[in-house]
Amino acid sequence: MVALENTDTAGMTIDVQAVSHSFELHGAPLPVLDGVELRVEPGELVALLGPSGCGKSTLLRLVAGLEPPSRGSILADGRPIDGPDPSRVVVFQDPTLYPWRTVRDNVALGLEARGLLRSQGHRIDKALALVGLTGFEKAYPHQLSGGMAQRAALARALVNDPRLLILDEPLGKLDSLTRLAMQSELVELWRSKGFTGLLVTHDIEEALFMATRVIVFSGRPARIKADLPIDRPYPRHRGDPVLTDLRHRILELLGLAETW
Amino acid sequence: MSVNDTAAALPAANGGALPIGGGLPSNLLLRFSAAALLWFAASGVTALWPDAADAQEWERTGEFASLLVVAAGLLVLATLLTTGIRPAPRGRLEAAIASLSASVPWLIALALGVTGWEILTAKLNLLPRPFFVPPQALLEVYLDDWPRLLDCFAASLRLLVTGYAVGSVLGVVTGVAIGWSRAVGYWVHPILRLIGPLPATAWLPIAFFAFPTSWSASVFLIALASGVPVTVLTWSGVAGVNSAYYDIARTLGASQRFLVLKVAVPAAMPHVFVGLFMGLGASFAVLVVAEMLGVKSGVGWYLQWAQGWAAYGNMYAALLVMALLCSGLVTLLFRVRDRLLAWQKGMLKW
Ligand SMILES: Nc1ncnc2c1ncn2[C@@H]1O[C@H](COP(=O)(O)OP(=O)(O)O)[C@@H](O)[C@H]1O
Ligand SMILES: [Mg+2]
Repeated sequence: MVALENTDTAGMTIDVQAVSHSFELHGAPLPVLDGVELRVEPGELVALLGPSGCGKSTLLRLVAGLEPPSRGSILADGRPIDGPDPSRVVVFQDPTLYPWRTVRDNVALGLEARGLLRSQGHRIDKALALVGLTGFEKAYPHQLSGGMAQRAALARALVNDPRLLILDEPLGKLDSLTRLAMQSELVELWRSKGFTGLLVTHDIEEALFMATRVIVFSGRPARIKADLPIDRPYPRHRGDPVLTDLRHRILELLGLAETW
Repeated sequence: MSVNDTAAALPAANGGALPIGGGLPSNLLLRFSAAALLWFAASGVTALWPDAADAQEWERTGEFASLLVVAAGLLVLATLLTTGIRPAPRGRLEAAIASLSASVPWLIALALGVTGWEILTAKLNLLPRPFFVPPQALLEVYLDDWPRLLDCFAASLRLLVTGYAVGSVLGVVTGVAIGWSRAVGYWVHPILRLIGPLPATAWLPIAFFAFPTSWSASVFLIALASGVPVTVLTWSGVAGVNSAYYDIARTLGASQRFLVLKVAVPAAMPHVFVGLFMGLGASFAVLVVAEMLGVKSGVGWYLQWAQGWAAYGNMYAALLVMALLCSGLVTLLFRVRDRLLAWQKGMLKW
């Protein structure tokens, strides 16, 4: 609610304190996160890298409040997270638009769920314009390309003016040209809105191109292996030699240096 | 839809040559006049060929022949119109003609069928008699007994719609409740498993005994017959909803109520409609049985009554009414579905 009144929202502080998490698998516990300790300052865009299946998505779900951690606690602006909240919005790898709603009604979802459709309805058009979907308000999800669907999902998140945007491989299923274009667009959005961002990606270049910091996780159960600040100005250049060096380091950390 | 499709498909049927104005096929004249001629022939056979001497004299033969002449006349009119609009065919009239021209094979088959039926029954008396009647016997029923048939039609419709509505609403509510709440599922699932597969008509003796009127008993039976498939399909629809839909809504601030009404129910809707179609079919069966055995009105009762008097003309007439009732309701349900599920791609057209 607070976030909506205040249009130039500052980002949120996230404090992950000694979080461990495990799932139940065939009756035995499956440890997924192991003592994760991470503080994200307002306005940071932190990329999370790690082997597939190590627990990155799980961490994001905990931060979103979709599940409570098995141990430890997560604070949002100093207050413990005890459930989902519209100030922390998730964009998944699949757009998961509701197929029975038009693009406009999908973007309206958050406002509608909180009963703000009447007073705040004008935000929908703004959000659609922001992601370049003006003119597609009446289209149904099955009529959109992958990139357009993911833009619509982004608009559905942004219309709520989140103070934390949680991105779980948001560009993972797009073709490479669309992906490059949307990386720049996301950086633009983040820079102009000032929200805090948590980005899981399997693409090291993407992390280096977009993030202020890269966290590298070990294999499952995920432990933080490295915390690398990327102190380069925006807009960044993909051929930047500093980024290339960092890329090598990360590959090394992930145990893939031989392929370099 | 079908108008455009036919209009697009027809030129190919006459060798791919595009007719002037780009709409109607050039052999339309021939098609319509052939159909008209056959309807005239059917009328002639009916009116001029004397009925078999060893059979009864059928009433309403003249009226039936006139009806056939009217049909033929309408086709002549269509023929004339096609020649009339030839220079500039466009607009609604052309669309109507195009859709009519798509039915020409059917119109021809019908004329042949009616003629054959007429000859085999009234004219030659070749078919076993009380069971087979000529078409004018049906016309006779419609002309002489229409008030009672209309009453029965209205009674059936009222009973069916009441029972089906009760069953569908309860089915959707129960299905959502089972799919949503573990506690409800725990208690209702075993009951559903036990009595769900039982045909609703098995309850008939108990229902007519337990309910104050046979009408309310029949509503119960129809509601049961339609409610069970709607419940099961709604439940499976709700259970199969992508859990990410809920995650998205929850992070955007949705309440439980919103999750049920705005996520679970619309997501389950395609399944719900499968259940609604199954339930509608089941309710037709129960309707007829209930009317035959308990309720003293309705088309089912009329069928039973006609059979008791060996009034086979009345029976066929009532069967036709029943067919129109059922087919009409199925068509209506398809319309509703097309409207509500317009977001789905690749839907079957009825
Ligand atoms: N709901 C669940 N129940 C059981 N195991 C799960 C569940 N969600 C994730 N896992 C398991 O936890 C591990 C980490 O999953 P995830 O966080 O999705 O990895 P990733 O780093 O690829 O995003 C995987 O082995 C996965 O199978
Ligand atoms: Mg993942």
